[in-house]
Amino acid sequence: MRGAPHNEDLLRELAPQVLGVLVRRSSDFDAAEDAVQEALLSAARHWPEEGTPDNPRGWLIQTSSRKLLDHMRSEKARRRRESLAAVREPPAGESTGPPSRDDTLTVLFMCCHPSLTAASAIALTLRAIGGLTTAEIASAFLVPEATMAQRISRAKQRIKASDVPFGMPTRAEWTQRLRSVLHALYLIFNEGYASSAGDDLHRVELSSEAIRLTRMVHRMLPDDSEVAGLLALMLLTDARRPARTDADGELIALDEQDRTLWDRQLIAEGVALIDGAVTKGAVGEYQLQAAIAALHVRAARVEHTDWPQILALYGLLERMTGNPVVSLNRAIAAAMVHGPAEGLTLLGALDERLPRHYRLDAVRAHLFEMVGDVEAAVKHYRAAASRTTSVPEQRYLTKRAARLRAGLDAKDVKNSTQGPSTD
Amino acid sequence: MTKYLLTVDYNGGVIETPMTEWAPEEIKAHMDYYGALNQELTDSGELVEQQALTGPELAKVVSSDGGTAPVVTDGPFAEFKEMLAGYQLVDVESEDRAIEIAAKVSRVPGPGGMPLQQPIGVRLVMDDSDFELLTPEL
Repeated sequence: MRGAPHNEDLLRELAPQVLGVLVRRSSDFDAAEDAVQEALLSAARHWPEEGTPDNPRGWLIQTSSRKLLDHMRSEKARRRRESLAAVREPPAGESTGPPSRDDTLTVLFMCCHPSLTAASAIALTLRAIGGLTTAEIASAFLVPEATMAQRISRAKQRIKASDVPFGMPTRAEWTQRLRSVLHALYLIFNEGYASSAGDDLHRVELSSEAIRLTRMVHRMLPDDSEVAGLLALMLLTDARRPARTDADGELIALDEQDRTLWDRQLIAEGVALIDGAVTKGAVGEYQLQAAIAALHVRAARVEHTDWPQILALYGLLERMTGNPVVSLNRAIAAAMVHGPAEGLTLLGALDERLPRHYRLDAVRAHLFEMVGDVEAAVKHYRAAASRTTSVPEQRYLTKRAARLRAGLDAKDVKNSTQGPSTD
Repeated sequence: MTKYLLTVDYNGGVIETPMTEWAPEEIKAHMDYYGALNQELTDSGELVEQQALTGPELAKVVSSDGGTAPVVTDGPFAEFKEMLAGYQLVDVESEDRAIEIAAKVSRVPGPGGMPLQQPIGVRLVMDDSDFELLTPEL
């Protein structure tokens, strides 16, 4: 990350606003985005020495406009003369006016345009809205900087080619376009959350970044209950993070987590958000997921979990999304309410919809473990371990199979592997 | 995005003739094809890394019991044809795309422009993802 923390927060807050102004003037998203990146780097170099300007937003707009102008001059492209004139003569007073919320949102809608693949949308959002450098984004996704630079450049070319007008989506396309935005934010969070066990301290905290961006969207669209739902889901999931891995970075399942380690502040905020959102009507999938997460974190002890309520919510979510992974979760909830046999029956219907999927094996193993069929549980834990693509999950599943095999009581193993120094 | 390792062995596919016996323009066409493919993957932001490996002449096998000095030998290796000759690490949207790229590698031209049809290994790289978000109950 660049610069002093204060400057960095300010720069990243201003980045999408400045970009919005430039795109509006030049109609060249690609060049404008590059120009803003250069201006941000320049600010990070000069502000710590020369002091933060009185009007940082105006400074950034001026500097990036100049960079954009330089770029256009060097391009010597005749077809760009028109936009050149527009950049040269900014409407009076605009650069010092109040920040436009709409511009930030409009840029975000562009970055998550449905014509882009999810991976491109994520990369572009992190750079244009998040104000991260290409190197930071590349390191977060564990690819070389050149690879990420190419991906971002292609995304911008695609936006250019698709001729998306710079403006808010129309009423008719609003829901679908907002869904693309929320999906991109969700994937950024997911990526960061997944890598929380990683030991690379230099990796950008993608989950914190996703929360920051979703907070921003929530501030701009406070009445949208799905935005609130997504933010709540992120906060409630993030709240469990301290209990999610042990001192060695090994995964700990929800029912074995030390719940006193959960972040109470995040939980309070997330619960308040989701409670507020569901009273507004128009229940969506993020709200349902957040409501389920809220039921989990409300239980101070695992045996206090309100499984009937969770089962009902998964039922709603299943009907809404048709996602087989949701059906998988519903089977677990059904097992907790009606017994593992019921859960296993529900899983039977999923073999075709989730063929050879390790999660199906993992859930089946859990349920066989609940029934007391150790042999079947071991078999399915092993099958799941051989099919997962995740290193920490593979370790978790292998260990789970091994400890069943060894005929140990789950709690004994938890005590001996977790050790006294988890906190 | 998911990372896949595409591997190619010293297996000439349908062509038995070693490259040293190809016509110079055939070798050039072969190299140009690889060059163009790697450029395409670079431009698309999918290529993470690619390497060619030296052959058995320069390869070693090391084993160690942790106590005595490691044992270093010049073999034995799997059959020459089954030995790794090179790889590409790609980061792609789907397995379909990984397979599509592997197919392009496989049909690299040989003598007379004939596609070599080399067998390409497609291996999914593990990551550090975590199922809690999608399946919190586990």
